[in-house]
This record gives sequence, structure tokens and C-alpha cells, in this order.
Amino acid sequence: MPVRNALEALTMRPMRFLLSSWPWRSLAYLAGGALIGFATILATVALLAAGVVLSVLVIGVAGYLATVLSGVAVGRLERRRMRLVDRDALPDPHRHPGAPGLRAWLTCRLREQATWRELGYTMISALVLCWMDAAVVYAAVVVPGSLLFAPIYLYGETTLSVTVPMALLTPFALAVGAYPVTAWAGARAAMARALLAPRSDDSDAKLVELSRSRARLVDAFEVERRRIERDLHDGAQQRLVALSMQLGLARLELSDGSPAAVQVAAAQQLAKETLAELRELIRGVHPKVLTDRGLAAAVGDAAGHAPVPVDLDLRLVGRLPDPVEMTAYFVVVEALANVAKHSGASRAAVSAGMRAGRLVLDVRDDGRGGADPGRGTGLTGLADRVAAIDGTVALSSPPGGPTLLHVELPCGS
Amino acid sequence: MRVVIAEDGLIVREGIAGMLRHFGHEVVAAVGDAPALLAAVAAHRPDVVVTDVRMPPGYGDEGLQAAIALRAADPDLPVLVLSQYVEQTYAAELLDSGRSAGVGYLLKDRIGDVAEFVDALERVAAGRTVVDPEVVRQLLGRRRDPLGRLTPREREVLGLMAEGRSNTAIARTLVVSEAAVAKHIGSLLAKLDLPPDGDDHRRVRAVLAYLRG
Repeated sequence: MPVRNALEALTMRPMRFLLSSWPWRSLAYLAGGALIGFATILATVALLAAGVVLSVLVIGVAGYLATVLSGVAVGRLERRRMRLVDRDALPDPHRHPGAPGLRAWLTCRLREQATWRELGYTMISALVLCWMDAAVVYAAVVVPGSLLFAPIYLYGETTLSVTVPMALLTPFALAVGAYPVTAWAGARAAMARALLAPRSDDSDAKLVELSRSRARLVDAFEVERRRIERDLHDGAQQRLVALSMQLGLARLELSDGSPAAVQVAAAQQLAKETLAELRELIRGVHPKVLTDRGLAAAVGDAAGHAPVPVDLDLRLVGRLPDPVEMTAYFVVVEALANVAKHSGASRAAVSAGMRAGRLVLDVRDDGRGGADPGRGTGLTGLADRVAAIDGTVALSSPPGGPTLLHVELPCGS
Repeated sequence: MRVVIAEDGLIVREGIAGMLRHFGHEVVAAVGDAPALLAAVAAHRPDVVVTDVRMPPGYGDEGLQAAIALRAADPDLPVLVLSQYVEQTYAAELLDSGRSAGVGYLLKDRIGDVAEFVDALERVAAGRTVVDPEVVRQLLGRRRDPLGRLTPREREVLGLMAEGRSNTAIARTLVVSEAAVAKHIGSLLAKLDLPPDGDDHRRVRAVLAYLRG
């Protein structure tokens, strides 16, 4: 297994570890940490002092603000520096401000938890960690250094018979020191990672962005469906109606029962069947009544088309957002299709209502139950559609029935 | 009859006009959108209006809205609405509009049955109600419980009544005597607790209102 960070490096075989770059990188990391810590102390003291001095003026706030935001800079530097001792890059926990300009950036940063965690990290590293870094680096450098240079600076005080063996011990001191240095660097990086890594609540913004892009995709499909529906309506459907009408007019000219009349009647029948099929197809692509009259009307009509009698209890007032109506409609259509296909039910019931800003849909039937989302694609497709707008699906279908499909769709904008 | 036609598809519009002329009716205006329909009706005072549901500018339900508006302005104006999709919702809105004059709601496909279509239009112009069998089928499918008490024959008769057929037409369709039809109607109205009514139009309304629940 490849070694990913300083702590894992400690488990390497000693010779490989000592000859690897990990101890040196750890040392560099800690030295950097110490320097940044001291710089932070100086900067913070200066900024706070400036804040106190300037607080008579309003611009004193700027000093405090800068102190708070120094954490952002330190955090950013830390995440880069950490690559020295950790191969896994740490993603930026901050959101994109959403608007250009300093004001938007400030508002965004000050509202983020990540900013305050970074400030906390900066304070801890300035007050505690950098001193420890310094101590470790100091020990790691001074002990081998003093051994190595003992023959020089102890020249005259002690005999070479003592100092030369001391100098020869330097590699051992380095080898022994490499372990605590690397261990401390690894531990410190782990601490930094814990504080500076994005958390799930930071990534909310990214999740929102992600589901927005998914919602955009759903919208794009929706637009495309409408376009297809209109094209079919204005094109094929009109022509088929016209064709059927022309054939009807032709029949008027032919004497009843003549071979030509029979042929024309057959042709007209074909045109009618094609129209009926096309109509069903278009209904599946995009139901007109949904756009025109909303969910309650569309569900009512869908229930009218269902082969199983359906009891409706729709408590819906006004219109819901388009994606919600569309999804809810397809849930009902798909569920009723499943009822007709698989359940053997003699009747079904659809209820819909708003609860705490969510559209709650229940489709139940008195059939044999045992619906299995794993078997057909119907229920999975339904769940996918619902998930695309962050809704939830629950299914209860014990063998022997009854089956209840419970769907909740958030209606927030 | 003097007819105003509103339909945005040129082929279908001209087809309907040609067909009506063939049957000796006068097409006083054939227009392609809802505002033009309202203007044409105001200008020509036709005996009956035929309109498509979906028309420019919005390609929504402008035709239906225009029909409802026309009937609100003149409750006695007979209007036949054609639709690519027959939905109860639209049918209900249309049937609730106007007073008692003829009103019809048919699937556009029915134009192909030329003679029947012209007959339906004439019935609407004569003040009767015509409802597409598809709508009736949907309505019959919706309410099962009390309908279950009807015999299959009575259900057939109920369906034809809901489409707006007269006793004579029902008798002809089912190939039975008018007396038998009258007997079925009396029986099914009693089972559904609907008042017996000699007036076809009021009877259709009652049946549809019942079916719509």
C-alpha cells in the first residue's frame, strides 16, 4: 500500500523510512508551521492594536475584521502546506461568494462556519502549536547539530577521543529524531485536517449547487418534452386529422358497399387508430391539462383514464412549481399503471395535500401487494424522478396487500 | 346554418369548411386564433360556432376560453368545441358555461366521420348537448358503486344519454324500440335517484352532473 501521509510513513520499514523524504518533509512542515505561527502572532497583535487604536474611528472595525479573516489566509496556506506531509489534497471548505465584489465576499465568509473554524485553528496554532513545532524542530536540529560539531566547538575543552565519537553518533541521533519529528508532523497535520477540511454543512452549498444542476437537467427534459408535444400536435396530429377527414369526404362520394368504399373505410379506420395511439403517446410525453389546469385536474383526468376505478381526495389549492406538478403527476400515472398491471386490485385511491410546505401524495390499492422495486423499472424510475427534485418515496406492500405508495415532494422555490 | 370556424391548422380548417359547405351550410368566417374568433362572432352573429381548444397565440386552451367567454356574453350561442385530447376537466368547464343553448365537446378525430360530425354540429345548433363518447367512458369509469346496480343495457343507455342522444337516436343505435329505451331510462334514472325529465337537454345535464359527482 502506498504511504499517504506522515503517520502512515511511521509504519514503513525503518531503513526505507529513514531514507525516504518523509522525515525531511515533516521537518520542513514543522519549521514552516513555527514561522507562520510567529508571523500570525505578530500580525494579530498588530491588527488588534490597530483596531483598539482606531476604534475611536469607525475604521477600527477593519482591524478586527482583518483579524478574523486572517484565519482564512492561514487556512488557505495551511491546506497547501499540508501537501508536504499528506498526499491527499484538502478541498477548500469555502463557498463561492455568488456575486463579485468585496462586500459579497465578506458577507459570504463571515457567515460560514469554515471561516470560524479557520480562525480557531489560527489561534490554536499561534498560541500552542507553533511553540511546540519550534521546540520539536529545535530539538531535531540542535541535538544532531551539537553532536556533529562537537569536535569543533568543544575543541580544547574535551579531548577528541570523546568528541569524535560524539560526531559519529550524529546519524543515530538523526535516525532517532526522525521518528518524533514525523510523528508530531503527522499528528499536527491530522489536527489541521480535522479543523480545515470541509464538513457536510459546508458542502451544503455544493450539494445545493449539485441538485440545482440536476434540477436544471430535469427542467431541460421538461422543456424538450413540451417541444416534442407541440411538434406532434401541430404536425403529425393535424395531418392525421386532415387525412381522416379527406377519407371521410371521399367515402361520401362512393356508393356504400362498393369495393372502393370498403378500402377507404379501412384506410380511415387505420388513420383513426393511429390518431388514438398518437394521442396516448402525447399524453405520456406531456399532458396538456397539467400545464393548463394544474395537478388536481390532471390527476383527475389520469384517474379517468385508469382501467381500475380510482377514488380521489385531492386537497390542492392553486398551482405548485412546475417540476413538482410534473413529478407528482408522473408518480400518480406510474403508480396507477402499476396498480392496473400488477396488483390485481379492484380499486385504487389517490390522495394529495400540502403538509408543512411539502406535497404529500398517497396512492393505495386493495390488490395482492408484494410490489418489489427491484423487479420492475417502474418503481425505480418513479423513485429517480422523485429524487431529482429532492423528494422521498416510501412503499409498503406486504404480500397479500394492500399496497401504499407514499411520496413527499418539497415545494420550496 | 351560418357557421363560424376557428382552427389554427390550415388543412383542417379548410377541410371543415369544405365539408360543411358540402352539406349545404354557410361558413361565414374561418379564422385561425381566439381573438379573431371573438371578432368574427361579433361581426357575423352565426347560428353555431366550431372551435379548436388549442390555438395561437399561447397554444394553451385559448379556444376553450373563447368558447366560454362567448357563451358568457351570449348564453344562447351554440358552440361545438373540438379537442385533440378529451379531458373531463375541459368538458366540465364547457358544460357549466352558458344557459341552455346547445353545447358540444368532441374529440377532433370525430371530424373524420363526416356525416356524424355534421349531425352532431346540427344537434348543437338545435340547442342540444353533445358529449364525446370518450368523455362519457371516462366518467362512467370513475363512479362504480351506484352504477353497479344498473344492468349492462341500462349502462349502455346511460352512456348514450350522456353523449346527448335523443331517445330516437338511442333506439336506433341499440336497435330496440323507443318504448324499450324509455323504459330503460325510467328505470336507470330511478336507480340513480335522478328526476325523470322529458327535456333531453336538462336530462343530459342531470346525467352528466351525476357522473361528474
